Amino acid sequence: MKRSVVLGTLALAGLAGAAQAATLDDVKARDALNCGVNPGLTGFAAPNAEGVWEGFDVDVCRAVAAAVLGDATKVNYVPLSGETRFTALAAGEVDLLARNSTWTFSRDTDLNLDFAGVNYYDGQGFLVPSALGVTSATELDGATVCIQTGTTTELNLADFFRVNNISYTPVPIANDAEGRQQYLAGACDTYTTDASGLASVRTTFENPEEHVILPEIISKEPLGPAVRHGDNDWADIARWTLNALIVAEELGVTSANVAEMAAAPTENPEINRLLGTEGEMGAMIGLDNQWAVRAIEATGNYGEIFERHLGESTPIGLARGLNAQWTNGGLLYAPPFR
Amino acid sequence: MSDLHSQTVAYSRDTMLPPVPPPRREAGAVRWLRENLFSGPLNIILTILAIWVLWLALRDVLPWAWRGIWNAGSISECRTIRDQLYGEGTSAACWAVIRARWQQLVFGFYPASELWRPPLALVVFLLAVLPILFADLPRRLLWLTAAAPFLIVWLLWGGPIWGPVAVALGFGLGWLAWRIVARAGGPLLGAVAAILVPVLYWIFVDAPLTAALARILPIGLTPVRSSDFGGFTLSIVIGLSGITLSLPLGILLALARRSEMFIISKVAVIYIEVIRGVPLIVWLLVAQVLLNYFLPSGTNFDILLRVIIMVTLFSSAYIAEVIRGGLAALPRGQYEAADALGLGYWQAMQLIVLPQALKISIPGIVNSFIGLFKDTTLVSIISLFDPMRMSSTIRATTEWGGIYWELYIFVAAVFFVFCFAMSRYSMWLEQRLERSHR
Repeated sequence: MKRSVVLGTLALAGLAGAAQAATLDDVKARDALNCGVNPGLTGFAAPNAEGVWEGFDVDVCRAVAAAVLGDATKVNYVPLSGETRFTALAAGEVDLLARNSTWTFSRDTDLNLDFAGVNYYDGQGFLVPSALGVTSATELDGATVCIQTGTTTELNLADFFRVNNISYTPVPIANDAEGRQQYLAGACDTYTTDASGLASVRTTFENPEEHVILPEIISKEPLGPAVRHGDNDWADIARWTLNALIVAEELGVTSANVAEMAAAPTENPEINRLLGTEGEMGAMIGLDNQWAVRAIEATGNYGEIFERHLGESTPIGLARGLNAQWTNGGLLYAPPFR
Repeated sequence: MSDLHSQTVAYSRDTMLPPVPPPRREAGAVRWLRENLFSGPLNIILTILAIWVLWLALRDVLPWAWRGIWNAGSISECRTIRDQLYGEGTSAACWAVIRARWQQLVFGFYPASELWRPPLALVVFLLAVLPILFADLPRRLLWLTAAAPFLIVWLLWGGPIWGPVAVALGFGLGWLAWRIVARAGGPLLGAVAAILVPVLYWIFVDAPLTAALARILPIGLTPVRSSDFGGFTLSIVIGLSGITLSLPLGILLALARRSEMFIISKVAVIYIEVIRGVPLIVWLLVAQVLLNYFLPSGTNFDILLRVIIMVTLFSSAYIAEVIRGGLAALPRGQYEAADALGLGYWQAMQLIVLPQALKISIPGIVNSFIGLFKDTTLVSIISLFDPMRMSSTIRATTEWGGIYWELYIFVAAVFFVFCFAMSRYSMWLEQRLERSHR
């Protein structure tokens, strides 16, 4: 009896594993990509007035949907809270998690995720009123700091102050909204969270110019899309779609010129391989040869996505910084398409 | 008039004095103020203090709300308009966010072309509960009540009309099986048949029948996914389904808990204590996360349905306890009188015990319902777009980042209207059912 139960469980688990192993087939059969996104993070994911999801992370979902299904709108957006995002992915509720999640050791190994790469290099920063007269985080000795409890930012903060041998008083807050209010009310001298978050918080202030983000970035927060561990084919598709967007910027392929470049082979063999006019790169990841063309057409290359949602032309106004191409002193470095 | 009086009484008035208005201090608003607000030194001091506190609270809020800007595309536009109108830095509400996003706050992501459906479903619901809420209406309306659940589900989720029709047919089959088998083989066999026949029908016949009918006569509405539900539509769908489903379940649980049958009463006790002993948020997380681990992978068990089930189970435990209080408050004589009349258990409950017990429990029941309706905002924890989650999502857009009070005030006002209406109805019902003073 007991053995049959165990065997049954194993068989079920095996079936479940088999069902999950072919995410690509599931997505194609469903004709829609289930994509886990943040329920609302300025610049990264939020629905517009028509209820259409937009944002930096959302464009990863759209690019993958365009590559796999040929239509960037065939995405079911599943908004996930910070607590439930990884379980939702593990349970198969979403195929892809593009929800500003930091790539860490334990998440990659213990939580059985596979990170497809990094689409945003973030890091923890400090926001201070310019009236405070502080120009460096090391001058924050004795400051009161608004800090979200239970996050990695809290631990990073403790580390930073200990290393620099200075003291601080934490003001615990629950979320970004509360942090913003507390900071504006003067409950703390400085507010600390991811630098991209600080920038978007700052844009909502009445007088943004009265506040500065200090130059120190005290932690590494590589944010990237994640998939379930164990389906390497699907992970490849996510990884190389992201890489295609990055390499497209490096090669000067944009949403405006991609159709023209893909019409006939160009001088540059790597562009030809990326756009499918040379070689059979698409077949190697189980897609057709036009997959990258569709992804780039749908969202533009990485630089275009960045400019549209986070860049200097948006109210958030983030500089490329670490997220520039390696040729421009940034960290974006897509492996060669060969 | 006799002569006697003309001698004993020196003066007798023979006309009525015209009525004189009461002294000004004793009439109208002045009197009310004097009696209620300024009746003594202590009250005078308290009144002045209260007015001062009110003024402190309102002197900023009212101008802020009144100056509110209704026409703007973003918070920064709001600020520009405000600076032009009232000068830099004046506090003024930015109601434009409600104007721009009310559709999302009320309907979530419901398709724009189908927005007539949720309000119509609400109207159908209200019509369907009318004959239950107001006993004077013709009983024939109860047919609408029976059809309403299917109609509402079809209106909200869309799809071919044959889905709900085929499911409803199962109930009809069950009733038919009961009538036929119970007559032939007794009530127990009848009950078994009444359960077995529809279940078998739903498992084996329902889906092919729906598909076949849909092919022959494709009548239907655009399907809407549960994930598109949001805002107050979501709250009302969860709240009203929870309310209507948990009342009968709660009554059964209360009866079971007071039952003299050992297993039934113990099962009810365990159920009620377990459900009540764990916070609703935990149950919601169980519904969202844990269920997926237990169900086979790829099962698409609608998240909204899961939440409605959890909320119903949770609320029914509370309702059960409220009704148990009503049952316990009935004098023992009522039960004994029912026994003396020779009524069976269900007859006694239906005719004598429950009408009285439910009447006693009305304030408690409505209290639970109001609580349940407000608790629907907890689903924001599992990322369903209830009005609170929706307002923070609206805040996450670059246009409306930094808007707090306007959204919260709107959400609070709508919730207040619903809860106040429920509370008023319950007071009306209490007065109507009041028998003890007649």
